[in-house]
Amino acid sequence: MAEPLLDLRELQTHFQTFGGLVKAVDGVSFNVKAGEIVGLVGESGGGKSVIGFSILGLVDPPGRIAGGEIRFDGRDISKLGEREMRNVRGRDIAMVFQDPMTSLNPVYTIGRQMDEVLRLHTNLDEAARRIRCIRMLEDVGISGAESRLDAYPHQFSGGMRQRVVIAIALLAGSRLIIADEPTTALDVTVQSQILKLMRRQVQETGAAMILITHDLAVVSEMADRVVVLYCGKVVERGLTEEVIRSPAHPYTRGLLDSIPRITDRQRRLRQIPGTVPDIRTLGAGCSFRGRCAHAQPLCAERSPELAPVRGSLDAACHFPLQETL
Amino acid sequence: MTQPVLDVRNLVKSFTVGDGIFDRLRFTGGKLLAPPKVVNAVNSVSLSIAPGEVLALVGESGCGKSTVAKTIARIHAPTSGEIRIDGKEVSCLNQKELRPVRRELQMIFQDPYASLNPRQRIKDIVIEPLRAQSDRRMSSSDIDAEAIKLLARVGLNAEQANRYPHQFSGGQRQRIGIARALSVRPKLIIADEPVSALDVSIQAQILNLMMDLRDEFGLSYLFVSHDLSVVHHIADRVAVMYLGFMVETASRDQLFATPRHPYTQALLSAAPNVDKALRKPQAEITGEVPSALNLPSGCCFRTRCPLAFARCAVERPALLPQRGGGSVACHLHDTVPEAFPT
Ligand SMILES: Nc1ncnc2c1ncn2[C@@H]1O[C@H](COP(=O)(O)OP(=O)(O)OP(=O)(O)O)[C@@H](O)[C@H]1O
Ligand SMILES: Nc1ncnc2c1ncn2[C@@H]1O[C@H](COP(=O)(O)OP(=O)(O)OP(=O)(O)O)[C@@H](O)[C@H]1O
Ligand code: SF4
Ligand code: SF4
Ligand SMILES: [Mg+2]
Ligand SMILES: [Mg+2]
Repeated sequence: MAEPLLDLRELQTHFQTFGGLVKAVDGVSFNVKAGEIVGLVGESGGGKSVIGFSILGLVDPPGRIAGGEIRFDGRDISKLGEREMRNVRGRDIAMVFQDPMTSLNPVYTIGRQMDEVLRLHTNLDEAARRIRCIRMLEDVGISGAESRLDAYPHQFSGGMRQRVVIAIALLAGSRLIIADEPTTALDVTVQSQILKLMRRQVQETGAAMILITHDLAVVSEMADRVVVLYCGKVVERGLTEEVIRSPAHPYTRGLLDSIPRITDRQRRLRQIPGTVPDIRTLGAGCSFRGRCAHAQPLCAERSPELAPVRGSLDAACHFPLQETL
Repeated sequence: MTQPVLDVRNLVKSFTVGDGIFDRLRFTGGKLLAPPKVVNAVNSVSLSIAPGEVLALVGESGCGKSTVAKTIARIHAPTSGEIRIDGKEVSCLNQKELRPVRRELQMIFQDPYASLNPRQRIKDIVIEPLRAQSDRRMSSSDIDAEAIKLLARVGLNAEQANRYPHQFSGGQRQRIGIARALSVRPKLIIADEPVSALDVSIQAQILNLMMDLRDEFGLSYLFVSHDLSVVHHIADRVAVMYLGFMVETASRDQLFATPRHPYTQALLSAAPNVDKALRKPQAEITGEVPSALNLPSGCCFRTRCPLAFARCAVERPALLPQRGGGSVACHLHDTVPEAFPT
């Protein structure tokens, strides 16, 4: 079997805050193969974006990678220096940031920022680059692409900015694309167009993709495998089909249950009871126990390890859910 | 009838874009011209919201939803049209005259990071509207207590109150913006994609909170969203926009059961769904997406409409009231119902 392009092993990323140490990523392992899309889902604040930043070496003090390995193409890139990392970023690994304005420069036109990527990563001449940029903007569904090249980021709508950022990430032709909530600002028609475009890119170029999203519907349509995070830990992972159809971890079940459905008549949405605990004060035991309907005394004593449950599913739970039909 | 909290008539907002005049200079027909490039972001939109009502504004990315929201909140000055908040015409007021109006109206922004001051602690951010408007001076312990209460309602804890915006995840920042808007208990909240950055369990918590506040205090919402399942849950009425035009308004049940405008129909059939069995065959709309820089003649949707006919290219359909309630802007629905209730 081919070695995975990216292999995270027990990644730890911590932040020092006034109130104590925040273990935003606490021992996360998963891998991504070339040509594969892995969905990363989980609660807001669960550490999804920080995993992306860690892979790209973008965690600044007071944060640091406190342990584990990030193996990309066989070598651990978590220990590379900033200069080497700069070569990895863009050419090898591109990221679509959750907040488009973090990667767009407000004082340059969109066209200039797109052109920059092609100038750095291809040897196309100026006219050819311009045509690629226009094509790419059209691909992400921005009409009047040619005249939009001269516009500045603030002159775009929220969703248009998000699409520009996706266009820039796809232009570079990187081997791994980390897409952090790439379609949250997009309506369904544009969303399905963008998702198709991203999937096509993965199929055509054999790139690997980590799709970070809170939207399980998007994951179920896009990802080959899913990794579910809770409080900085992987609580469940497996083939998308199996995770969505019959999850083993109560948290994943709760996520699936709180999706608003158009077919649903009740006015009040089902929510997972309670809130995410303060990560600094978790202590021993399962971090989901305060909100879990299946918790037993054992859950407070010992924290569950990620272990195979059935089929492709691994879950970190002492009492995994039975298969539902 | 009770007076609407918000009443907007024929709102138009266009932006002049383009770089300096020299970049726009064109040599056309033997003359040197600098034609202004105009983005027609909002083209004559009318809507009204009753006390305690939730009106959802939906439509494709770039169709002008945020511009409508920001113009009503008077972050942008309208190009033309009327905006009445609680009966008071605000479209021409200056920033100082707007201050008392802001007490009635708060906005939750689509882009949470840009709307939070990076140098302020979270507890100061959420309390700011309250502090700006309360007549009495608040002691710092009052402020802390109130801020922590507000943050708790959106699922953030007391320790986090002392942090700065960059120390939060995307969804946490969005919740800070929500807590801030709720602090003064306004009559109307304009919420621009308030939950799209949130995972489903927090989304449910926030939507339930917004509904509770409405029941408790009679709040009204203009709820901008592209997520139809969320809209289905929260909205009483839905307004659908396309390319800066309002194309359909209807009660929630009517819109989801029998969408009438061809664009609304396409929008409803494209939603991704975890329940694969439930997924309808996609009536995907194809065709060129027109640009707000260059509006098509006639119907704004005609370049993608599967039902377009000759008249659609020459005449722009008006938004007309329909039998059974609501209104539609499409030539296929232009027969005025005979017995329209007055
Ligand atoms: N600079 C920082 N200092 C302190 N804590 C931080 C910092 N950056 C992130 N965190 C914390 O790390 C945790 C994980 O954040 P992360 O941004 O990865 O969440 P996320 O899963 O992407 O959530 P969302 O879906 O809301 O974007 C959060 O609790 C956040 O508050
Ligand atoms: N400050 C501005 N200057 C020029 N054009 C603008 C400005 N703000 C918005 N626009 C343009 O107005 C149109 C509508 O933008 P708006 O932000 O209202 O869309 P939206 O419906 O909120 O989309 P999204 O769902 O992507 O947020 C877009 O074509 C956008 O480029
Ligand atoms: S280990 Fe216990 S508390 Fe944790 S998810 Fe499983 S059953 Fe629930
Ligand atoms: S007016 Fe014509 S083009 Fe416009 S929506 Fe109706 S049928 Fe389609
Ligand atoms: Mg994030
Ligand atoms: Mg918007």
